[in-house]
Amino acid sequence: MPETPALSVRNLRVEFPTRRGTLVAVDDVSFDIAPGEVLGIVGESGAGKSLTGTAIIGLLEPPGRVAGGEIVLNGQRIDNLPREAMRHIRGKRIGMVFQDPLTSLNPLYRVGEQIIETIRAHLPMSEREARARAIELLIEVGIQGAERRIDGYPHEFSGGMRQRVVLALALCAEPDLIIADEPTTALDVSIQAQIIQLLKRLCQERGTAVMLITHDMGVIAETANRVAVMYAGRIAEIGPVREVIKSAHHPYTRGLMGSIPSIEGTNDRLTQIPGSMPRLTAIPKGCAFNPRCPHAFDRCRRERPDLMPVDHSLAACWLVAPQSAEARS
Amino acid sequence: MSAEDQGLPMAETSRAATAAPRGILTRIFDSDLWYSFRSSRLVMAAATVTLLMVGAALLAPVIAPHDPYDLRALNLMDSDLPPVWVQGGDPRFLLGTDDQGRDILSTILYGTRSSIAISVLAVLLAIGIGVSLGLVAGYFGGIVDTIIMRIADVKLTFPAILVALLINGIAQTLFKGRLGGAEFWILVLSIGLSFWVQYARTVRGMTLVEKNKEYVQAARLIGLSRAAIMFKHVLPNVLSPVLVIGTINLALAVITEATLSFLGVGLPPTEPSLGTMIQIGNKYLFSGSWWMVAFPGLTLAILVLAVNLLGDWLRDALNPKLR
Amino acid sequence: MLAFTIRRLFEAAIVMLTVALMAFVLFRFVGDPINQMVGQDTSLAEREELRERLGLNDPVLVQFGRFIWNAARYDFGISYQVKRPVTSLIAERFPATFELALTAAFFAILLGIPMGVYTGIHRDSWLSKLFLSVSLIGISLPTFLIGILLIYVFAVQLGVLPSFGRGEVVRIGGWTTGLLTASGLKALILPAITLGLFQMTLVTRLVRSQMLEVLRTDYIKFARARGLGDRAVNFGHALKNTLIPVITIIGLQLGAIIAFAIITETVFQWPGMGLMFIQAVQNADIPVMSAYLLLVAFLFVLINLIVDLLYVWIDPRVRIYGREA
Repeated sequence: MPETPALSVRNLRVEFPTRRGTLVAVDDVSFDIAPGEVLGIVGESGAGKSLTGTAIIGLLEPPGRVAGGEIVLNGQRIDNLPREAMRHIRGKRIGMVFQDPLTSLNPLYRVGEQIIETIRAHLPMSEREARARAIELLIEVGIQGAERRIDGYPHEFSGGMRQRVVLALALCAEPDLIIADEPTTALDVSIQAQIIQLLKRLCQERGTAVMLITHDMGVIAETANRVAVMYAGRIAEIGPVREVIKSAHHPYTRGLMGSIPSIEGTNDRLTQIPGSMPRLTAIPKGCAFNPRCPHAFDRCRRERPDLMPVDHSLAACWLVAPQSAEARS
Repeated sequence: MSAEDQGLPMAETSRAATAAPRGILTRIFDSDLWYSFRSSRLVMAAATVTLLMVGAALLAPVIAPHDPYDLRALNLMDSDLPPVWVQGGDPRFLLGTDDQGRDILSTILYGTRSSIAISVLAVLLAIGIGVSLGLVAGYFGGIVDTIIMRIADVKLTFPAILVALLINGIAQTLFKGRLGGAEFWILVLSIGLSFWVQYARTVRGMTLVEKNKEYVQAARLIGLSRAAIMFKHVLPNVLSPVLVIGTINLALAVITEATLSFLGVGLPPTEPSLGTMIQIGNKYLFSGSWWMVAFPGLTLAILVLAVNLLGDWLRDALNPKLR
Repeated sequence: MLAFTIRRLFEAAIVMLTVALMAFVLFRFVGDPINQMVGQDTSLAEREELRERLGLNDPVLVQFGRFIWNAARYDFGISYQVKRPVTSLIAERFPATFELALTAAFFAILLGIPMGVYTGIHRDSWLSKLFLSVSLIGISLPTFLIGILLIYVFAVQLGVLPSFGRGEVVRIGGWTTGLLTASGLKALILPAITLGLFQMTLVTRLVRSQMLEVLRTDYIKFARARGLGDRAVNFGHALKNTLIPVITIIGLQLGAIIAFAIITETVFQWPGMGLMFIQAVQNADIPVMSAYLLLVAFLFVLINLIVDLLYVWIDPRVRIYGREA
């Protein structure tokens, strides 16, 4: 790819020092997102998806910290920036959308006040100009009667409308990247699709890269260009969304896919992966997935697999390693 | 982690013999509570001080050099003596004497004893009343709940000290002149009755949450009685906030008892109490007899501080959300 | 909004009625009012006549009605101890307590809120630890001990401030104030600090824990993710949200301050209602006790009502749905 990626994460490691030793919550995670591309990040809760997002935007809560790796935004390294410089990246070059629109907005301030305040924190605009822009943004995210509703309080908006406001807030300084952390999980099913479509359209128009964190494979299938599957703090598999869904290489991904109901009804029963993800305090030796894996063999219990290229994807599984190709069938 | 979790191969018999004590001990020493206890020197110091003071108070009749209850042993010639290290001090009286010639150190020991006894009993009374009412209000709801919580609201209108003063005043009026020794129990009653609301509100709130959980539904389905469900199943789940409030209230009870005695409506002057000692000493402050106030005051402050520290620690350790 | 105010007023009335019932029971049934009023040598006939005249033979409900009617007209009977109308006693004493409580409240709020905010934002700075240690000691020292300590240092040792009384007061209509004379102001300092210190610690700790709570919320995280500066996040967003519950508790504490003044007034021989009340308790002066009870409850309910209306003014959610929303 000749184009510089909007976001490039290299060997990211997030640690939580605790009294029982250091927990590695995100371990050796690397990926790129091109401008205008949507990268989905999936995994069970606790897999490290959200922490990866929080680490990129520089808002890890102490004692959590980035212990290694690089985060590069449009060619500029941002993981080692001083506090104040990082603040100007947040909101301006990276926008964020959280899971719950009900709690993302300060209940005591009018919606407009919150948008205007954000615009003016990043762009040299007068109050009046910022207000005009806020109204434009609200219209763009599909809020009816934006001129009037800009003076409403968050509780006067429905959940879906609030998430639209949050989208407007994330977009208000035209960022290069949007990190959307479970943006539709808290919404009614009927509204989820609308919000996701809106997010996708707005970012495509602007060429904004999107990191879409979710545990909902359905959302990924509809929206993402590529997908990264995380398990116990590491990326298990990353590749084009079609390939990962149709012909996953990692047994864990196949398990995840088995749990999506398919409309065509080609496979008539949903499968479930037995067991549960290990806690960070008790990650097994070798491949973290080996105790739950139906195909695990000796090497899986001894050595931890790194990401290995297979077709158009990368998968961290010994089954795809060249020398064990025969073991696959 | 118990032996079973680690999958240790142990013979059935030896496991049966050792599992219980090991389980309890490891559970204590492996708990977050114990860890946070060990990790703070301040908390350990507070625990030590509390234990020492409770111990000294319990052993007062044994370790006190004099008996402040023994009026015959008092000698007015010994009154108003300063501590040993001050000019004019008497080696028999380490911390000096009061206006009656009572040994300050001994009186403090006995006074701490009654302060602690009253406070512990009062807090237990408050817990008893508050937890029962809270459970009942939360579990039954409806009119019972409304009545109990309205009473709690009215009670909240008045600070504990005022309620204690009122109850005390009523008791003094009712038993005018015939109190003889009942002051102790009146204090327990008035402090206990002024503290129950907090427990009732907390327990009620938690009961409302607990009673809709599946284990309670299940208990109801298998036909357990309401009382059994409330006390055997709901109660254990609401105990940790009660413990936290109880500890903090204990400090407050010590203060309230001392305050009532200081205001002259607590223990009579013949019964040693920290509050009474400070009240008496206060009269002699201007004549320079600072030790009559200073030592009981210091004892009171240290006792309350230590218990407060323990309470703070318990609150943080049991409920990390509040930190 | 109107419905909200009416509901609040109704609830306040219920509380007042309950307290009135308590005060009445206290007044009527704790000790025999007649015995308290007359001497040992009064004949039975005279007693019976007095009983009839005071209406003590009427049905209890009638007596309660009369009690409330009188209380509503600000008439609480005659003090057993000093044989004067309770209301005139209160009128004499109220200004002293009011000025003391108000000064103490200002002291507690003006110092407590900034300290709480600071310790909430800078959790681990040494100044926060200092503030918290001081506040813990403030909570652990009983009020009367703080008063005695202050007296010992500033009155006995340094001799710069008076240890008792109100100093010179100026009479303005029915009100006496110590705020207009130098000696009155000097006399106010130590009692106000004594009374305010405990409240200040409470406010500090409350603001701090609220601030920590708010700083953990999603909208604060989101405000940071929007790239707002520390100042805008801490003071623009967090502080405003912190102060809403704090206002309620401070309101409750203001009511408590009046009652806590009992202790401070005793230590400093401050001629206020608290001192009057404690003397009434010691002398079983029931009319004074029940009047004080009603008055404290009334002030408390009044403050609560004001706080609730303040709430509506600050919190947009309440403006529409009422407090429970």
